[in-house]
Amino acid sequence: MKDEVTSREERVENLKGMGCSRKRVEDARFTQGKGNYVDDIKLDGMLFGDFVRSPYAHARIKNIDTAAALEVPGVLAVLTAADLEPLGLHWMPTLAGDKQMVLADGKVLFQGQEVAFVVAEDRYAAADGIELVEVEYEELPVIVDPFDSLKSDVVLREDLVGEGGALPDGAHGPRKHHNHIFTWEAGDKMPTEEVIANAEVVATESMYYHRTHPCPLETCGCVASMDKVNGKLTLWGTFQAPHAIRTVVSLISGIEEHNIRVISPDIGGGFGNKVGAYPGYVCSVVASIVTGKPVKWIEDRMDNLMTTAFARDYHMTGKISATKEGKITGLHCHVTADHGGFDACADPTKFPAGFMNICTGSYDIPTAYLEVDGVYTNKAPGGVSYRCSFRVTEAVYFIERMIEVLAIELNMDAAELRRINFIKKEQFPYKAALGWEYDSGDYHTAWDKALTTVDYDGLRAEQAQRIEDFKAGKTRKLMGIGLSFFTEIVGAGPVKNCDILGLGMFDSCEIRIHPTGSAIARLGTISQGQGHATTFAQILASEIGLPADSITIEEGDTDTAPYGLGTYGSRSTPVAGAATAMAGRKIRAKAQMIAAYLLEVHDNDVEFDVDRFVVKGAPERFKTMKEIAFAAYNQAIPGIEPGLEAVSYYDPPNMTYPFGAYVCVMDIDVDTGVPEIRRFYALDDCGTRINPMIIEGQVHGGLTEALAVALGQEIAYDDMGNVKTGTLMDFFLPTAWEVPNYETDYTVTPSPHHPIGAKGVGESPHVGGVPCFSNAVQDAFRPFGNRHTNMPHDHWRIWRTANELGLHD
Amino acid sequence: MIPATFEYYRPKDMAGVLSILSKHGDDARVMAGGHSLIPMMKLRMADVPHLIDLQDVGGMSGIEIGADSIRIGAMTTQSDIIDHVGLADAAPILREAALQIADPQVRYMGTVGGNVANGDPGNDMPGLMQCLDATFTVVGLEGERDIAARDFYEAAYMTAREDEEVLTAVTIPLPTGGYAYEKQKRKIGDYATAAAAVQIVKEGGSCVSASVAMTNLSDIPVYSEATGAALVGTSVDDAALKAAMAAMLGDIDPTEDNRGPVAFKNHVAGVILRRAIERAWSRA
Amino acid sequence: MSNKMHIKLNVNGKDEEFLAEPRELLIYTLRERLNITGPHIGCETSHCGACTVTIDGKSVKACTVFVAQASGKEVTTIEGIGGPDDLHPLQNAFKEHHGLQCGYCTPGMITRATKLLEEIPNPTEEEIRFGMAGNICRCTGYQNIVKSIQAAAAEMSAAKEAAE
Repeated sequence: MKDEVTSREERVENLKGMGCSRKRVEDARFTQGKGNYVDDIKLDGMLFGDFVRSPYAHARIKNIDTAAALEVPGVLAVLTAADLEPLGLHWMPTLAGDKQMVLADGKVLFQGQEVAFVVAEDRYAAADGIELVEVEYEELPVIVDPFDSLKSDVVLREDLVGEGGALPDGAHGPRKHHNHIFTWEAGDKMPTEEVIANAEVVATESMYYHRTHPCPLETCGCVASMDKVNGKLTLWGTFQAPHAIRTVVSLISGIEEHNIRVISPDIGGGFGNKVGAYPGYVCSVVASIVTGKPVKWIEDRMDNLMTTAFARDYHMTGKISATKEGKITGLHCHVTADHGGFDACADPTKFPAGFMNICTGSYDIPTAYLEVDGVYTNKAPGGVSYRCSFRVTEAVYFIERMIEVLAIELNMDAAELRRINFIKKEQFPYKAALGWEYDSGDYHTAWDKALTTVDYDGLRAEQAQRIEDFKAGKTRKLMGIGLSFFTEIVGAGPVKNCDILGLGMFDSCEIRIHPTGSAIARLGTISQGQGHATTFAQILASEIGLPADSITIEEGDTDTAPYGLGTYGSRSTPVAGAATAMAGRKIRAKAQMIAAYLLEVHDNDVEFDVDRFVVKGAPERFKTMKEIAFAAYNQAIPGIEPGLEAVSYYDPPNMTYPFGAYVCVMDIDVDTGVPEIRRFYALDDCGTRINPMIIEGQVHGGLTEALAVALGQEIAYDDMGNVKTGTLMDFFLPTAWEVPNYETDYTVTPSPHHPIGAKGVGESPHVGGVPCFSNAVQDAFRPFGNRHTNMPHDHWRIWRTANELGLHD
Repeated sequence: MIPATFEYYRPKDMAGVLSILSKHGDDARVMAGGHSLIPMMKLRMADVPHLIDLQDVGGMSGIEIGADSIRIGAMTTQSDIIDHVGLADAAPILREAALQIADPQVRYMGTVGGNVANGDPGNDMPGLMQCLDATFTVVGLEGERDIAARDFYEAAYMTAREDEEVLTAVTIPLPTGGYAYEKQKRKIGDYATAAAAVQIVKEGGSCVSASVAMTNLSDIPVYSEATGAALVGTSVDDAALKAAMAAMLGDIDPTEDNRGPVAFKNHVAGVILRRAIERAWSRA
Repeated sequence: MSNKMHIKLNVNGKDEEFLAEPRELLIYTLRERLNITGPHIGCETSHCGACTVTIDGKSVKACTVFVAQASGKEVTTIEGIGGPDDLHPLQNAFKEHHGLQCGYCTPGMITRATKLLEEIPNPTEEEIRFGMAGNICRCTGYQNIVKSIQAAAAEMSAAKEAAE
């Protein structure tokens, strides 16, 4: 046979399985302009819907007059809350246990809120109709600060206040004030306070992690098509969780779930923006039911930045205690979380502040306590995880800043302080003070490799010289060395504690092997650029011994794919990747029996070898997976069903905990506030590496989004609740010109509980990158007395730091 | 983002342009590349019932370099400026500035005329033209007239051009000496946080003339005569630079925006001016 | 409202004639009227470059051009740059060097890059970064886009030399 002449190495190479930098199968269509994004969908008779939006951040709606709009040729309908109310669709549940207006029901709570939905034959008529909808507003006092909100007599959510001002419990327990949403705690309060009160050294700091936005290049949108003849609703959209969207649509619309087909086509980046359910989806569905025609709704960029899914807006106060030698003894964190007008966070239900309780970071901290207060304000709802697992960016920023502040307090090198507090390799699995069990890690090795590679001591020496030169008037540029060491918590998650709207956060894979030895696998996740069609085929290739090039991966169609919770929080590889491997192993188990039958030996006498089963001790006797696949369809094998298919629903036993060590070298022009990134080194440990090329690409991208957030990207409001950063002129998305080249590196510490040891990587660089860039800015000013300044470190804020430290004449 | 409806005109000559303008007054607007106007129309912040596209009007583009002056047709694009070899020799500050405007795609469409005429305080060319003491030629039904760039700007989006007039060309006295266009911005595609245009002449180690204008630091571009005066007769030493910066600060009037508060802008304006003068001086 | 104009365009070598309102933006003409959906809409204010096409030899953001302005011109989109049987070296290089992830910016990015390489056949990294600064990518961090363009430039130069 021809396989005889192929070496084992060649057979491994032919599979393009795990560990190789397989080129992406998605790229052919994307590079030729043949992607299929939601706005590319064009159906016969399709209508366009778009919103009348509130110019005010807080106002009562006295009247809505749609008459003039309905006169516009091409305008077919204008939906308001009054139209949706009989259907019970004027409000909808949020993922966070709150409810949210679909269309303004008597009042608006943020600028840009959806007030009416104009449905027209084309987007031009819709735009003209919007201009002519007359809304009479009565302005109400605006609250943009959560601390003001908790003191204010102004009630933002009258629907959540009972008679006589009574405050019914919220979805997460008792509320302290009419604008308060929840209090969430983790850890031990009294012991932590006691440890800190009696500590040798305590560092305290308050920091604000500003409001920003994931801002994928493609905005959110959908096409709803109600087929009244068959009673079937098809909904195409930018959904990071298509199956969950199907369930939500079914629950709120009353349409039976089998009559709803949700399809996520190609998605132009998500980064957390496309997890939630938005009023546009509901209105499009209703409009399609009302008109009997397909209805398309696509956000414009201002809609996107102003209304769908902001991220962060966390006011964090920390206390960290240590011995004089720098051994950390306790950590206390309080967060005031600004959720805007509705609590529309996209977190697992039991975690209203996401996994903020990973805020002990990579350190062995014996005692800790976290308390988060959620607050309503007149800002857009959201609170999504922008390129991170739930609130992990906030948590890692918090601890990596607290470490730096403690280092200042101790007058100690921050790299050394980290080293002496890292969880040690032999402590894993490590139970952290705030409850999580870290699966695996080797932090010291990663840290030493990073510091050696960048010549950390040399950098510090250079920085010392620079400070001397600066003081001598020889330069106006300071040098900052940014450090961060992060541990992420991704792969939500175990059904026992992770669900969204009651849906357990497992994920799934279904595989069908075709008779000729190629295959299709369908998953419950959905790629938005991560390259699932490439990497999941690699996992399968290694597991089932068929070439990745012969395996089609399909996601995003709820009629065909098995149920899963979607792609966000770096959960695809940890959960669906595991399901893929497990389903592959079921295939392999059956293949083993078929091979044994064909080779006329006992099942236990054959073993898997790359792309075949061989008879133990007689490798010349084998059946390739291709041969086995054919046999599954053409042989009547006693006791074995025909066909070769498998399904796996994987409930992960634990999260995975990727980690990494980052170093940034930055020059800062003290006079203009302009930072220049001279070097960025990123070491990532995401466990088993499936495709190094894709990992590297993910790291580049995540770091760039981290750079943006740290150095300028914010959603800013004025006192009247007006969004000041509604276009890409002011919302900072860096171009190729502002972005440096990155150096990437890695260590491999597999996850012990994941079938292939993989941990997930897409979000690590963002989570670790933000504090690293920020620490570089702050480190530059440390010799002059800087302890902490808030992000974003845009030019004027950096300048302000220099100014406040007396560095200008 | 869809603009309101409008009537579109693409006249072949200036007479055609002027007749539409005179008929519709301020309901009509002329458009060159459209990269300032179209976004405003899409956001429905500019209402233009009659839009006159100038692309077919002859004689409005091109760069002529004469013995004493340079004439640039209003429809000349930023990318034409960047690519023009003769211009890079005759008035290199134009290329240096044009490269700092917007991004490559926008520079293909954005014109010198559009940039100077619409009165957006964020635009770079108005300050530059004031520094170079350019003259803008406008034409109306009554004929042509010239307006000095230094007299052209009245307030944000308000200029000495009447609604019925069209800006057709910019004429620049051939600049001499050293030059610099220094701009601080947040990223490619942004307007200036502060920008300075400097043209300076050195004789025997001393400054004999200096022209300075600042961008996006007031509701109009700021030609600062006092700044130039502070440099003339000096060796552009530290004291002269400080005097120039102080003089400039007396002339600008920045407002707070997302780029930062007034104190920051004043400070950066000084730094940018100093760097521009130093670079121009080094080239003088 | 029915102020429709007679528009003539040549798109990817094909003549197109139709009636359209002058306010129709070229990007919608391409995507919705002509079903050329390679160019995308990202920001609508001429910052992101996802809608980049070539008009009469210039890279232009089609979200900021009225179809009336473009009438009489030649327009090239990603679909006109290369297809399955005649891939442009840039299309191949973006795949080889992982110059894309979600793919949304890619058509505009490649379309712009074709023009950049016409103007500067062997650009430095700095020239690439400056010349591509009108195109925003949210996924790649640009490093592999730069690499892709460098690789395509090298390949195109080598092919040109071989042909000479």
